[in-house]
Amino acid sequence: MAKQKKISKAARTYLTSFILVGGFWGAIEAVKLSGGLSSKAAGLLIPVCAYIMMAISLNLVVGFLGELSLGHAAFMSAGAFAGVFFYNTAGAGMPEGAAIVLAFLIGGLAAGIFGVIVGVPVLRLSGDYLAIVTLAFGEILKNVLNSLYIGADSAGLHFSLKDQFSLNMEPTGKVLMKGAMGITGIRKFSVFSVGILLIALTLLFVLNLMNSRAGRAITAIRDDDIAARSIGINLTKYKLMAFVSSAVIAGFAGVLYALNFASLVAKKFDYNLSINILVMVVLGGMGSIPGAIIAAVVLTVLPELLRGFSQYRMFIYSIVLIIMMLFNRAPAFVMWRQRMALKFRSGKAGSEKEDAGKKKG
Amino acid sequence: MALLEVKNLGISFGGLQAVQGLNMSIESGHLYGLIGPNGAGKTTAFNMLTGMYTPTEGIITFDGVNITGKGPEYISKAGIARTFQNIRLFNAMSVLDNVKVGMHNRVTYSMLDGVLRTKKYRNKEAEMNEKAQRLLDVFGIGDKADYAASQLPYGQQRKLEICRALASDPKLLLLDEPAAGMNPNETQELMETVRKVRDDFGIAILLIEHDMKFVMGICEEITVLEYGKTIAHGDPQTVSNDPEVIAAYLGGDDED
Ligand SMILES: Nc1ncnc2c1ncn2[C@@H]1O[C@H](COP(=O)(O)OP(=O)(O)OP(=O)(O)O)[C@@H](O)[C@H]1O
Ligand SMILES: [Mg+2]
Repeated sequence: MAKQKKISKAARTYLTSFILVGGFWGAIEAVKLSGGLSSKAAGLLIPVCAYIMMAISLNLVVGFLGELSLGHAAFMSAGAFAGVFFYNTAGAGMPEGAAIVLAFLIGGLAAGIFGVIVGVPVLRLSGDYLAIVTLAFGEILKNVLNSLYIGADSAGLHFSLKDQFSLNMEPTGKVLMKGAMGITGIRKFSVFSVGILLIALTLLFVLNLMNSRAGRAITAIRDDDIAARSIGINLTKYKLMAFVSSAVIAGFAGVLYALNFASLVAKKFDYNLSINILVMVVLGGMGSIPGAIIAAVVLTVLPELLRGFSQYRMFIYSIVLIIMMLFNRAPAFVMWRQRMALKFRSGKAGSEKEDAGKKKG
Repeated sequence: MALLEVKNLGISFGGLQAVQGLNMSIESGHLYGLIGPNGAGKTTAFNMLTGMYTPTEGIITFDGVNITGKGPEYISKAGIARTFQNIRLFNAMSVLDNVKVGMHNRVTYSMLDGVLRTKKYRNKEAEMNEKAQRLLDVFGIGDKADYAASQLPYGQQRKLEICRALASDPKLLLLDEPAAGMNPNETQELMETVRKVRDDFGIAILLIEHDMKFVMGICEEITVLEYGKTIAHGDPQTVSNDPEVIAAYLGGDDED
């Protein structure tokens, strides 16, 4: 009996998450078929998918590991630039499918390497250093990418942090990345179903991880690191596992996002974006995957919907933020939600008699 | 050689010698008590035995291996488990998961097994669930497996912490004031459980406790600390009649 309930609790999270994503996909496809999807809305689809992936992956660090990261956008950026750079150069001669798959792998790998570089020194320390270091990392990476020039000629690749002319290329050389102008001339690849597929894979990875031995170690560290240590859990190993996994997923999201546009600039992945994603995680209820999905959709779509009310846009946006925060945090709301959940659960798990009683009442 | 041999163990924090010259020898299957007034250094001794603190002097030998200065991860794997004076549970996790975390280094599979839900994952998880449920049943909290740990009443939280420690299949279990905050009935019940754990699991137990009835009723050997030094050692009878122990417990406040 007890065991059955346990399974159904984890299953509920899987079910809700996949129903949400499936519902989102189905709804959009239906609107598409009916021809009711404006081109503006269509342009939002891939960014929404990317942000859902970002929110789920940041949840791994903030919600499950309990560490604060203020530079999640930087991993997205690392993935985006690495993936697109490959796609535009070596990938250009390949069949599209292979080039895209490789671009994703390279983007994820690049972000993961940065995750290791940032995580190894910081996560060995106990204390809230991660927030500061990720914040700094985000700014550094943005500024470096913003002034990075890359060119190619018959002699190979040329790099400069100054300007295009310092690349010292042969006249026939091609500039591949132009500082603040970033990478241009990207062959766009924006397929909504691919976005949904990536979300589904992300979900499966994160949920499976959290419901396994490694995931329990990660949550144990969050709840009490001293007790976790006394049980023989290697804190650095599991902190790194959560942090680097999260970075890799952000890298995938970055590639997905970047391939949706003809050009890619580093400015987009700034502090504001990192904070926006953090807000999605916090509003969704830290550690709640379905919550993160909903918050990511609402907070990406809402500002766009409100563009018509330019005067009140930020005002309404703030109100929605406050309401969502209240819903998640205010004791009265939390109690009400718990009551509803209890009712719902006992209704499902309970006997038929209970069900019958409820119908009468 | 005994399971645990502690020789001349000591630690100082700056100028404060929190523990000095501690000697203990605990045989497999023994119930051993560590007592003394507040601030005597009992918890500090536990912290050295479990690798939380590095001793400044002395040697700890466990199961024939010198473990002095080794970290908690090594020591947990070697077979020493503990509970904490201020309960330290994984509050947001379920009761069952708390026990399963305790098996971290006993029932293992890789991250990839977990993510890909391999057969190994399913088998090991089933094994863990069964083992965890059995442990919870021994302590009479099997019906609470799905509750969040923080939802349990105080006495059951103490029991859960013992379950979690036992889940790592220790050879030596350290209990830091297991009866603290329990009423006489619960204390009585806990005494029986501790004895039963020793008998059923065949392990040695070293416990810190202020409740004298508990300690005298259950321990076969006792060491008494005061200001970090050992003032008495022996069986309950000897220790409770020791004049220095009586002085430490009755008139410890106004002596110089
Ligand atoms: N990390 C530390 N740094 C400095 N002093 C410490 C540290 N840990 C313990 N002490 C000191 O060592 C002494 C012994 O403390 P300890 O917690 O071991 O006492 P105890 O015997 O467990 O007492 P109680 O019965 O109150 O739990 C105290 O004076 C305490 O302040
Ligand atoms: Mg103590």
